[in-house]
Amino acid sequence: MNGLKSFINWLASPAIAVTLSMLSLVGAMFYKPIWTKKGGLVLFATLVGGFAFSFTDPNFRIVATMPDNVPILGMLFLVGFFFWYAMYQAHLNDARLSVGLPPLEKDDSDKKVFSWPDLVYVELVSLIICSIVLIVWSIVLKAPLEEPANPGAAPNPAKAPWYFLGLQELLVYFDPWMAGVVLPTLIIVGLMAIPYIDTNPRGNGYFSFRERKWEIVMFCFGFIILWVVLIILGTFLRGPNWNFFGPYEYWDPNKLVPLNNVSVSEIFWVKWLKTALPTFWLKRELPGILLVLFYLGALPGLLGKTLFRRFYEKMGMVRFFVGVNLFLIMFAVPIKMYLRWIFNLKYIVNIQEFSFNI
Amino acid sequence: MSLERHWKKIQQQVVETQIWKSIFRVGIPNTNRKRVLAMLGNVVLHLHPVKTRKSGVKMRYTWCAGGMTFFLFLTLTFTGLLLMFYYRPTIEYAYGDMLDLREQVPFGIMREMHRWGAHAMVISVWIHMFRVFMTGSYKPPREFNWNVGVVLLVLTLLLSFTGYLLPWDQLAIWAITVGSNMARATPLAGNEGPFAAQLAVNGVNLVTAGSDARFGLLGGRIVGANALLRFYVLHCVFIPLVAAFLMAVHFWRVRKDGGISGPL
Repeated sequence: MNGLKSFINWLASPAIAVTLSMLSLVGAMFYKPIWTKKGGLVLFATLVGGFAFSFTDPNFRIVATMPDNVPILGMLFLVGFFFWYAMYQAHLNDARLSVGLPPLEKDDSDKKVFSWPDLVYVELVSLIICSIVLIVWSIVLKAPLEEPANPGAAPNPAKAPWYFLGLQELLVYFDPWMAGVVLPTLIIVGLMAIPYIDTNPRGNGYFSFRERKWEIVMFCFGFIILWVVLIILGTFLRGPNWNFFGPYEYWDPNKLVPLNNVSVSEIFWVKWLKTALPTFWLKRELPGILLVLFYLGALPGLLGKTLFRRFYEKMGMVRFFVGVNLFLIMFAVPIKMYLRWIFNLKYIVNIQEFSFNI
Repeated sequence: MSLERHWKKIQQQVVETQIWKSIFRVGIPNTNRKRVLAMLGNVVLHLHPVKTRKSGVKMRYTWCAGGMTFFLFLTLTFTGLLLMFYYRPTIEYAYGDMLDLREQVPFGIMREMHRWGAHAMVISVWIHMFRVFMTGSYKPPREFNWNVGVVLLVLTLLLSFTGYLLPWDQLAIWAITVGSNMARATPLAGNEGPFAAQLAVNGVNLVTAGSDARFGLLGGRIVGANALLRFYVLHCVFIPLVAAFLMAVHFWRVRKDGGISGPL
């Protein structure tokens, strides 16, 4: 039992957990048997079973039953369910589309019904169910209230509201100006840009996977991995000093994690060329600056000529470059994470003179 | 006479009173003509079109996630209004009012409903966005409405974020401290942000802890009395007003862009 628990603790550590969830998400999306009723039941049973098993562990129970963590557990199940449900319907439609039938929604979409009663009653029922759930939830679970605010005594760990914990998790890998300002802004810009970048006219108004594989995989990667998985990581697995703790591990405030992270400039000048760091910042950081310029400046063009040629031709220049830059920045997040996990890399560009660290 | 006939008779009599007729012009919508008039004659119902695509009224398609979000917004507005009767946004009273809400107000579940409803709204907005994405409903002609939706998503998070501070307990003040520390790192505009230290005239820094983006947000160097008042006003007045306006745009555009999406 303890062996299993320490194995799961190991599986939950950021590098392993992010890798596994990335592989399993993308893999699962192409593995049809999951997106059936049977597959959904197996998934659900695994989730509930895993949760029930974990609940026997006292350390897990402490974190999972904090009042404000209850909605996050609810979110886990809801997002999981709706993800499965969307893919389930998408695969139903795909099976129809592949034999030349229209999607299921098409059967109904030409017919119109009177909003009274067909729509109004659906809304009324949803509204009543929603009210009942909310009222019962409010009676059963008291809203938490901690000690009065004390600006002099910071709790450890001090956490942002739960829906921002994915961003707080990024603070491990990025400076605050990236994790707290630039990346959130780009998430909003990126979301807004979606309808203008995506020129695929198919799959409008019905669930489908085969007609929009690329878009759906990208969106789910951003939403499920970079948003939801990181929130779970930040909520349940980050304890005092923002150290990682496995789900069955006690949140020991004295846990020590050695930090010996290095920057690209140190690797390049000290480790490879065996000289001291140049004093002038531009010379010192040139390797890192060139890397970033290559990644954001040259790589889009290269991709447009090679791997993404198809997209370049379909989308046109402006759409392609906006889209591919947003794509590259999204993937810069896991790339930076892996650079940290594999090479202990701290900064790619480290210009402390201007507080400009990437 | 059976019970059912009694009931029918009472119903008949109620529906024929002048009071009833003055409120509900149409009567019971049992013909198509009356169904149309029922939708058109009611300010709430006329948000809907008279007729809706059959695929659009199905739970399996919409999940009612957007409707749920709107309903939660209304619930939060109402419970929030009730909480405003008891709550004073000053550091002397805020926490004490929280205790009173818990201990003194009979059947007090307003705070619970407000807090859990807020969490639920954040989640239901995500699920709504996920559904809209997975059905490709952001595609033309609905691009602009997707954008309005993204702004509403951000506003929902901001509403929740500003409300987080109001209980004035340890969780509140430190969550907002951690969150608002990010503003300190804004490029050029935050005192620890990139290139901010270079913005200086005759060696005097323009962007300091007393003049940067975080200071503007909090009205001080720490999360204190001014921050509490600012977040209260933003939470109770400013953001809800903007969100309500954008919701009106959002719903209007749903109809103008062809109603709930469906296969072309």
